[in-house]
Amino acid sequence: MNVLSDNFAMFREGFLGTVELTALSALLALVLGTLIAAFRVSPVPALRVFGTAWVTLLRNTPLVLLFLVATLGLPALGLKGWDSFWLAVMALGCYTSAFVCEAIRSGINTVPVGQAEAARSIGMTFSQTLGQIVLPQATRTAIPPIGSLMIALAKNTAIASGFNVTELGSVQKTLNADAGYDIYVIFAWIAVCYIIITFAISGLFRLLENRLAVAR
Amino acid sequence: MSASVLYDVPGPKARVRNRIYGALSTVALLGLLAFIVYKLDDTGQFQAELWDDYEYSNTHERILDGLLTTLKTFAIAAVLSVALGAVLAAARLSDHRPVRWLATAVVEFFRAMPLLIMIFLLFAAVFTSDPMWALVIGLTLYNGSVQAEIFRSGINAVSKGQGEAAYALGLRKTQVMTSVLIPQAVRSMLPSIISQLVVTLKDTSLGFIILYEELLFVGRAFAQQTEPVNGVYAFIPMVIVFGSIYILLCLALSSLATWVERRTKRSRKGAPPAMPVNNAALASEAGQIG
Repeated sequence: MNVLSDNFAMFREGFLGTVELTALSALLALVLGTLIAAFRVSPVPALRVFGTAWVTLLRNTPLVLLFLVATLGLPALGLKGWDSFWLAVMALGCYTSAFVCEAIRSGINTVPVGQAEAARSIGMTFSQTLGQIVLPQATRTAIPPIGSLMIALAKNTAIASGFNVTELGSVQKTLNADAGYDIYVIFAWIAVCYIIITFAISGLFRLLENRLAVAR
Repeated sequence: MSASVLYDVPGPKARVRNRIYGALSTVALLGLLAFIVYKLDDTGQFQAELWDDYEYSNTHERILDGLLTTLKTFAIAAVLSVALGAVLAAARLSDHRPVRWLATAVVEFFRAMPLLIMIFLLFAAVFTSDPMWALVIGLTLYNGSVQAEIFRSGINAVSKGQGEAAYALGLRKTQVMTSVLIPQAVRSMLPSIISQLVVTLKDTSLGFIILYEELLFVGRAFAQQTEPVNGVYAFIPMVIVFGSIYILLCLALSSLATWVERRTKRSRKGAPPAMPVNNAALASEAGQIG
């Protein structure tokens, strides 16, 4: 039972590594996903094509392959000096952005057309319609799916352990190789760490949902 | 584009503006593409020697071997996970409380664990010399739990009257399930089941991390053994070749899901293809992530 107390520093480092990786990739995924969603609903065909291609390609690529592209491909293309942590953030962020984009886009699509038509007929401009009518409603529908995407992202960060990033997965791998401990006990503690992280994320999103909830 | 929430049908002024934006963004995107191609060329990725290996039949055989290993793993995991999903869903819909609780606990636990952590556990504790079964069992436990939720919500989506009418006719519990609820539920859940199978297919590549010789592993081994040409390793050609194989496989399976979805929407009979859980419809449209 002393796996945790013996290796507390290691667990702490792994836990913080996972949290940091999740937070930074989530930030990248949300920013990029919103941008690509804007492309996909824009009236400009070239941008729409780009958005569709981005989403189709990234949704149908295994994340491990994206990690390979980031860790082997980008340095080969002259992106020197990035450490494996930031390359992992790139891979996770880009992968998740495709899913975030679709969540936002279907959020926008659930807003009834009549809402925007009513807004325009009382003389609201494009930015007023977007900012006060469409986006507030779209955000509310998009938040629960984005919450589950962020939980999936937190679980996907484990893949970074295969690419020289210190996080919970790599802690498990190191301790498993160290023959002195019961492998199931190691797993149990790692599981507890992940459950703390995913509970925190789902709690955060439930809070957001409740704060933004409006009777419709 | 006529019925968009975001904007009206464009007038003459907006059309001109859109055309200008269109031209500008086309130029920008072409510029980006040209820059990527330039960068690839500049760092020597298009040197013929790097690509030569892909002409040998020996290479083709190795790629084919890797592909077959991936497909075999996927096939076993797909069958087992759908079977496990059916069992768990049946248990979650059971009338006996302990069975229901047990199934709920199992489903929630395996859905909450990162798949790779499960695989590390199985590989270190159970299948120490057999990475394939560590991968297959890991995939089965995780995807089976997700499939169970899909089945359960599909069955709950069938309108309540259907089950009640069947009971009123005197059908037994099993008969209600097999001859009334399941046939109607399958229609609505088939697209989600196939989307989850795409996830299973993508996740077979996790075998790469436990050194299982599937497609991606073959790819990297291949890139590492190719002699570097003028100091350039064959990673980019490998990523391009193997990435396209993966993308084509997954696209084929996803388009099957889309096709099935369109077919079920077209039919007038049967349950509507929408999923019951509040945001599940959105989730299915957004595709499964993992």
